Amino acid sequence: MKRLFIFAVLLTLSAVGLGACGGGAPSAGGNTPAPTGLTSDAAAVAQARGLTSDDIYAALKTYTPSGKTDPYIMIASGGQSGQVLVIGVPSMRILKEIAVFTPEPWQGYGFGGSGNDILAGGKVAGKDVLWGDTHHPGLSETNGVYDGQFAFINDKANARVAVIDLRDFSTKQILKNPNAINDHGGAFVTPNTEYVIEGPQYAAPIGDVYAPLDQYKEQYRGLITFWSFDRVKGRFDQSKSFQIELPPYWQDLCDAGKGPSYGWAFCNSFNTELATGGNNPSFEAGTTKNDTDYLHILNWKKAEEVIKAGKAKQVNGITLIDLKTAAAEGILFFSPEPKSPHGSDVTPGGEYIVVGGKLDPHVTIYSFQKIQDAIKAGGLKTDDYGVPVIPLDKAMEAQVELGLGPLHTVFDDKGYAYTSLFLDSAVARWTLGGPYASKHPEPGWKLVQKLPVQYNIGHITAVEGDTAEPGGQFVVALNKWSIDRFANIGPLMPQNFQLVDISKTGDQMKVLYDMPIGMAEPHYAQIIKAERLKPFQVYPQVGWNAETMSVDPNATLKEADAKVVRTGNKVEVFMTVIRSHYTPERVEVKKGDHVVWHLTSLERTPDATHGFGLSGYNINLSLEPGKTETIEFDATLPGTFTYYCTEFCSALHLEMLGYFLVQP
Amino acid sequence: MNRFLNLDPDVKVLLPDGSTHNLADYLLPSAFLMLAALILLISMFLPYWSMKMTAPQYPKGLVVNVYVNHLDGDMREIDELNHYLGMPPLDNGGQLERSISFVAIGVFGLLLIAGVFVHNQWAAIIALPVIGYPIVFIADLFYILYQYGHSIDPKSALGGAIRPFTPPILGVGKVGQFGTIANFEIGFYFVLASIGIVLIGLWFHRAAYKPLADARKRVRESKA
Repeated sequence: MKRLFIFAVLLTLSAVGLGACGGGAPSAGGNTPAPTGLTSDAAAVAQARGLTSDDIYAALKTYTPSGKTDPYIMIASGGQSGQVLVIGVPSMRILKEIAVFTPEPWQGYGFGGSGNDILAGGKVAGKDVLWGDTHHPGLSETNGVYDGQFAFINDKANARVAVIDLRDFSTKQILKNPNAINDHGGAFVTPNTEYVIEGPQYAAPIGDVYAPLDQYKEQYRGLITFWSFDRVKGRFDQSKSFQIELPPYWQDLCDAGKGPSYGWAFCNSFNTELATGGNNPSFEAGTTKNDTDYLHILNWKKAEEVIKAGKAKQVNGITLIDLKTAAAEGILFFSPEPKSPHGSDVTPGGEYIVVGGKLDPHVTIYSFQKIQDAIKAGGLKTDDYGVPVIPLDKAMEAQVELGLGPLHTVFDDKGYAYTSLFLDSAVARWTLGGPYASKHPEPGWKLVQKLPVQYNIGHITAVEGDTAEPGGQFVVALNKWSIDRFANIGPLMPQNFQLVDISKTGDQMKVLYDMPIGMAEPHYAQIIKAERLKPFQVYPQVGWNAETMSVDPNATLKEADAKVVRTGNKVEVFMTVIRSHYTPERVEVKKGDHVVWHLTSLERTPDATHGFGLSGYNINLSLEPGKTETIEFDATLPGTFTYYCTEFCSALHLEMLGYFLVQP
Repeated sequence: MNRFLNLDPDVKVLLPDGSTHNLADYLLPSAFLMLAALILLISMFLPYWSMKMTAPQYPKGLVVNVYVNHLDGDMREIDELNHYLGMPPLDNGGQLERSISFVAIGVFGLLLIAGVFVHNQWAAIIALPVIGYPIVFIADLFYILYQYGHSIDPKSALGGAIRPFTPPILGVGKVGQFGTIANFEIGFYFVLASIGIVLIGLWFHRAAYKPLADARKRVRESKA
């Protein structure tokens, strides 16, 4: 009788689950009847594996049959790997790791080809820095909504930012911030991708110079950078970018205003104590002493006017507005925020800014309108650096008690907000008030549900959940610890990306799936609707240079044009690459010759990618269909070498090679 | 028929023997022959024949569409695969036929229109090239496919692995891991339609001009 009951429950649930998945095309193999319940086979599997009805619901929400693709794509930071991850949602399958700050052999990035040029843009004081600590990816936006064209990512370790072109999901530019040593509050995109905001983190004297720590208050500074982005070129334009000097308060995460708050940016901070560590006191104790730190409120439209009026200066090749000017010209305001806060997230309509308390159980919601009213009313007191401070009660709309360790907040399409609770290890769902109150059944500014997640959630992301039009459906909890969620593979454990179902209202959030991340510790991620992305399947023309995104003048468009040209001790190779041969198959030079080697893939078929690994010379390229790459090196090592295809391309893949001979 | 064409029934054609015929009797064959010529000319811009090659790693298949003067589709990839067999590029096939195709079809069309002005049995004779055209096309296609499938170079990478073949002109075949599906396409059906219209036109042509020839004959005989 009990078994019968379970079976009935399973039947009902699977029907519900399939209904919820509805809208997708029916599965292939047309002659199978419409699934209305579990077959006895499936019921037996469920019983043998001990699956509950919730498990079956989760499976039906996430399982993606072979040949079906995900409706959402998550662009996740790759943490210390220095890379960016591309993940399908809800299947939670890794699709690609995009090489950004770290050389990566599969993509041939940093092993001789154009990736070397891009990595060279990230040199620090003229030296290679071949890793990064990527934190917050930011997708390009049009009218506050992702447009699927570009992604930006910061490197906290070295204050660098990078541009990824989403036509081929590869990195096009790395820029070193000339005046900062590290950053954290990047990359945040303004509603029409006018700027990519790179907020600072640990204060330092501007321009990477020495200053003793007892000069902290006088010489150390925070620094926020607005990188101007040229959509046509797909590059940051440093000449149109600018920075604003800030007090050394350790500004943290930022967000760009939108709608009514368009033209503004908001960053939290957590060291208004000006702690300098050591024993007077330690940073842990020193930075957490005050009950409040400062929410930074920045008017970047005003900053543009001030620059036009000639009130900014050039520092190390970039426009900088100093602190005094920023405070005097109405570019920078503060408002207290409790306590050692984290996150600063603008609601979809741009009316409110949500700040997590971290060491305070509340999220504090600031009203942009009230902030504006307070600024207009005037009479604001200033902090030690002369920045006007708006009292909390003059700026605050509401506070909602969520639990311990509130950090980051994202939004859905039903007027709910989702905040990560680090200490509680939970996702809090709570209601927005004001214009959002009619979208959900509960009253505004109320906690609705706390869903335990496993474990120690840091960031949180939702489908287009930081845009003007959130998509709902799914949240992903980006958990720092996994402890017992996966098979033990030693002390360095994977992170846990946990997929959460938010499709139903009220307290019906459910954890659906655990995805291990076993290559680094990611921070933020964004989820975009897959239909917004229009990537190439193959490069648009044979001879395509993926760095310039145009046809390469050194491309060899026909096999008959392949050749080796010697001019003095310079040997230039024009090589074609197609299944399953290189042309030419023999290249012979003399020791000391300077070799310039252009390779062009003549392929036009999707996925017919070739590699080019040259033994002994630390060279490996990826040549996707149509791509042209150039390598350049001195043949310093005499001997017999082979170059061969490093990507299994065809039945005669092993036969795809050539000899590179260097006469002594 | 007069009412259908909305011609004035009082406008008549007077034959030498004094009998009259409706104007439409003479307009109709001309209209059909000109329509046939037009359809034939349009077919030049449409594919006549196609072959689709299917294999596991090509989920959408590889397609070649054959027009009278060019190919389109996935020739680049098919050539790429066929180089393993040392076969010439697909584009090399039927160069002569393709170079003269537009002129030849233009001449066929002119011959049909000439039938409008030739009022005896020769009208049928000069339409014969058009009627024979699809047969020539099929025979030539077969010849090109035969040549192509028998051009495997035994010294090429996989030349020893695949025997000479002729892919079927219609229906399914198999070459290596590829299935082939061959079909006639809309251009070819336009040609068949054109021929059908030619035949109808010739029938009306005979119906119109035979009485005229007979009338002349009668007049000649009565004078003699």
